[in-house]
Amino acid sequence: MRKLTTLHGRPASERLGDAALLLISLLLAIFFLMPIVWSVANSFKPAAEALANPVALFSKAFSLENYRRLEDVGAGWYVYAANSVLIALGTIVLTVLIAVPAGYGFAKFRFPGQSLIFVVVMATMMIPFQSILTPLFLILKFLGLQNNLFGLVLVYTTFQLPFSIFMMRNSFDAIPSALIEAARIDGASQWALLRRIMMPLALPGVATVAMFAFLNSWNEFLAALIFLSDQNKFTLPIMLVNVSSGIYGIIDWGALQAGITVTMFPCIVLFLALQRYYVRGLTAGAVK
Amino acid sequence: MVSTPKREQARAARAEAADREPHGWLGLVFIAPSMVFIGGLFVIPLVMTAWMSFYHWPLLGRRKFIGLDNYAELLGDTQLWQSLGFTLLYTVLVTAAILVVAFPLALLVDRPLRNTGIFRTIYFMPVVIGFGAASTLWMWLLNPDSGVFSRLLLGLGIVDAAPRPLESFWPALAVVILMVVWKTAGFTMVILLTGLQSIPQEIAEAAKIDGANAFSRFRRITLPLMRNALLLALVLNITSSMLAFDQFFIITQGGPENSTISAVFSIYLASFSSYRLGYGSALSFALLVVLVAISSIQLSFMRQRPEEGR
Repeated sequence: MRKLTTLHGRPASERLGDAALLLISLLLAIFFLMPIVWSVANSFKPAAEALANPVALFSKAFSLENYRRLEDVGAGWYVYAANSVLIALGTIVLTVLIAVPAGYGFAKFRFPGQSLIFVVVMATMMIPFQSILTPLFLILKFLGLQNNLFGLVLVYTTFQLPFSIFMMRNSFDAIPSALIEAARIDGASQWALLRRIMMPLALPGVATVAMFAFLNSWNEFLAALIFLSDQNKFTLPIMLVNVSSGIYGIIDWGALQAGITVTMFPCIVLFLALQRYYVRGLTAGAVK
Repeated sequence: MVSTPKREQARAARAEAADREPHGWLGLVFIAPSMVFIGGLFVIPLVMTAWMSFYHWPLLGRRKFIGLDNYAELLGDTQLWQSLGFTLLYTVLVTAAILVVAFPLALLVDRPLRNTGIFRTIYFMPVVIGFGAASTLWMWLLNPDSGVFSRLLLGLGIVDAAPRPLESFWPALAVVILMVVWKTAGFTMVILLTGLQSIPQEIAEAAKIDGANAFSRFRRITLPLMRNALLLALVLNITSSMLAFDQFFIITQGGPENSTISAVFSIYLASFSSYRLGYGSALSFALLVVLVAISSIQLSFMRQRPEEGR
């Protein structure tokens, strides 16, 4: 680990350099943070005030009128939020239920064709889902799951699987075999082994998988746009785009900001709370 | 159940070999559900994409085998070539822009000072917001009448009239790139940061003692040792930019005059606006081939000298 250097007891030139770098860091922080802050701030302003001064961070009057107007957008924002929540929860549950045993199977068993199957699963990570949307549309139609929230959950789960299986296989691989042997000798069944020994140790991996499943299904736009056609089945990103295209050429910016705030909020909170797992997943997925 | 020594022994033997062979079939049971999903909703559609591309396939009505006609049409489709050219232009510009911003960010947050953790979090935050929310957010920021940017620029006296960037090609492309840099630079920063942190401290220290200045340390040590991280950032940025859709569908809506229709956007238009599913599949398959080619070239380049990047 690197030593923490303090600003004291160092040459003036270095201290000046540090101050300059701190200033640059701060300016960059403003660039990355301000769009979010502005949007949230404006979502709580009355329309007239937002139009008069969109730059101001604090309004004279705190107002929820934008959120109230968002209730009149299409089926109402809470319907879209509920759809998004259902889809995200469904995707998390299915992804975890399928990827955990799959990762376990790949890590702790040897069966014929195993490495070939694993290579195929990993290769699907290289193939963009955008290129298979046309036949997927037909398959979902055939299954009667087109324009259906559960159909979208199935699609999102499939897109999540390669990464999630990879993540879980690594988690199970990291569990020492001696531990498993000891449990087996003590008479633990396969199921007990997975539930009592493996799962607790693989839990950080599960958290990473669940978090990515949440963010990707919550934020996905193109598949939702294609597969959902009923107004009351839309997800939050589709609602945002509908608000942003306006009604009779007039865009309700206040309602849009309220919608953006509602959509961003869970992602940011989750990221701040579970940052560790997120970056873990990024680097694991990236440095494969 | 009474466990005899014999049974105990057998169990131990089984456990000992467990990691290598026995219960192999059980492994298949564990992976079976994932195979159903990946097989049914990934591999089959993939094969179907190739198959459908040989058909005239309307949403309603009868499909007809037309051989390579879709591909012949694709070759002569000027709008398609324009959108492919545009996608490449966008990919080159946005990837360069992201790297130019993300590299300094990585260097900045790699410094052993206090507060770098906070900055890391802040720079990364837009990454977790979806493209839908980010695109609509920037639509507002850039709006000439009620957005923040025109108000700031007017207020500071930099411009006389509110800028309308979406009305001509280059400004429209520039604002989309600015949005994407804002949204994704943090992601590339993290990848580069893992590269930076894999460089042994001793090497940099030794060079410092030997009198190498900061610039030559960066050029001779940091850059070569980060080769893999840089290549990886390149691969990920190029592939995701080649697949860009949301930002052009939402912010520029393909305009002005269809000049910002990306490759995936034209697939969307063919399949789900004109409902020409066969032609859409041909476009998808062509894009797929291009993308797999790009990423395998880049990945093989990365694997050439793997020991250097460590």
